Amino acid sequence: MTSPRGSQGVVGPARTRALSTSGRAAAQAPGSRRRLGPEPSGSRSPCTRFRLFSSLDRAACVLLRRSLPLLPRSDPAMPAPQCATCHKARAALRRPRSGRALCGACFCAAFEAEVLHTVVAGRLLPSGAVVAVGASGGKDSTVLAHVLQVLAPRLGISLRLVAVDEGIGGYRDAALAAVRRQAARWELPLTVVAYADLFGGWTMDAVARSTAGSGRSRACCTFCGVLRRRALEEGARLVGATHIVTGHNADDMAETVLMNFLRGDAARLARGGGLGSPGEGGALPRCRPLQLASQKEVVLYAHFRRLDYFSEECVYAPEAFRGHARHLLKLLEAARPSAVLDLVHSAERLALAPAARPPAPGACSRCGALASRALCQACALLDGLNRGRPRLAIGKGRRGLDEAGPPRDGEPERAPAPDAVPAF
Amino acid sequence: MAAPLSVEVEFGGGAELLFDGVKKHQVTLPGQEEPWDIRNLLVWIKKNLLKERPELFIQGDSVRPGILVLINDADWELLGELDYQLQDQDSILFISTLHGSRIGAGSTW
Repeated sequence: MTSPRGSQGVVGPARTRALSTSGRAAAQAPGSRRRLGPEPSGSRSPCTRFRLFSSLDRAACVLLRRSLPLLPRSDPAMPAPQCATCHKARAALRRPRSGRALCGACFCAAFEAEVLHTVVAGRLLPSGAVVAVGASGGKDSTVLAHVLQVLAPRLGISLRLVAVDEGIGGYRDAALAAVRRQAARWELPLTVVAYADLFGGWTMDAVARSTAGSGRSRACCTFCGVLRRRALEEGARLVGATHIVTGHNADDMAETVLMNFLRGDAARLARGGGLGSPGEGGALPRCRPLQLASQKEVVLYAHFRRLDYFSEECVYAPEAFRGHARHLLKLLEAARPSAVLDLVHSAERLALAPAARPPAPGACSRCGALASRALCQACALLDGLNRGRPRLAIGKGRRGLDEAGPPRDGEPERAPAPDAVPAF
Repeated sequence: MAAPLSVEVEFGGGAELLFDGVKKHQVTLPGQEEPWDIRNLLVWIKKNLLKERPELFIQGDSVRPGILVLINDADWELLGELDYQLQDQDSILFISTLHGSRIGAGSTW
């Protein structure tokens, strides 16, 4: 029986445990269960143990009960199992995929080894790479930066932290403080790029004000996601990086798959699989080394390595559609723990029908970045904001957007120099 | 009949925001008829420590999915989850995995 708590694959041991603690149940009289009614959540309830005995005939029950020792209520004889790797320390967790019980130190070593394998097998970060780590101060990017720091000598890479300041008052300031502490502790160079500087004063707070009203969702996350990617790209160029890494974990990837299905976004579904993008149209190659790590394991790694991270919710996050996908995913995970990774694998194996395939991307007519239409997403979104019609570029079809509009301020159209910030 | 117990209850990963921002709580659980297991501890926490929005911490008689529980630095899955019998000086840590932003994982990759 699996626990509905999302315990991910504890079928075998749970049954064993039910049998081994039968001594405790036997110490109670057969009729005196602690609670009546439907079986409570958790497979190790007294009801489960009692059921074991009710299947035997009465005489055998009595004999069995008398022969088993009476165990004290808090049973020190049932501690956590030994670590399966070092056999010395007490196990601290059970890994969902292998089912092995490991102590904190061995788990951290296994986690690091898996990230190393992901990077090496996928040839994600070649030797000599200068890697810009998207650092938000949150648990995923903190773990990512820490693990890459540990692996850097072996991979032959050097790291730069790039933090994005979207201009969300009260939230981002505190997160940036956490990033600064981390940069100091790890002795890594830190560069902060701000929306206000890159995007003509458009902070996320300003975007939220602009898109407020009309009773519809503000779609803050839509803006932020696109602009953040652009900001990260600029920050990476500023520090001379050759690759960008972000801390997306398996749960993030699974949520994205669900979201894209729910929104009918075939193009993103098709693009979303794989370990990263090679970087077309002059964009830097990106990858997600933690992509196969479950969120739970990321949190546990941060705990066992005593990493300091920032964990408040973004002010605009409660509005995000992603919350629905995340809620659904949590329910699914409780019923079927492997659902998270299975979703990611399914998306990787998807092939689109010919009619659904997006056209080959070209270059944005304004800034030269990769774009599947005349204007790239960032330019289109900012265009809408600047025209006072912020929803212009939101949603499929981008109805009403004059995509062939003239360049702003009479500037001639040109591709940007490699280290120039696009003029918005 | 359970004797009174002194345990440390800790909240992390954003869960502390539901408890006035206080991460560590040194708690004395009173003696009572029912044994002190995690199930009863959660009931006690809900009644005595939880300051707001109980649905973000507790679901049914257990914690909300996405909240990790570590007992003396070990995952509660290994120790019987809700049925684990608390001992004196135990340390129970609740880490939320659900806060923060996933902005940036939703659009073009």
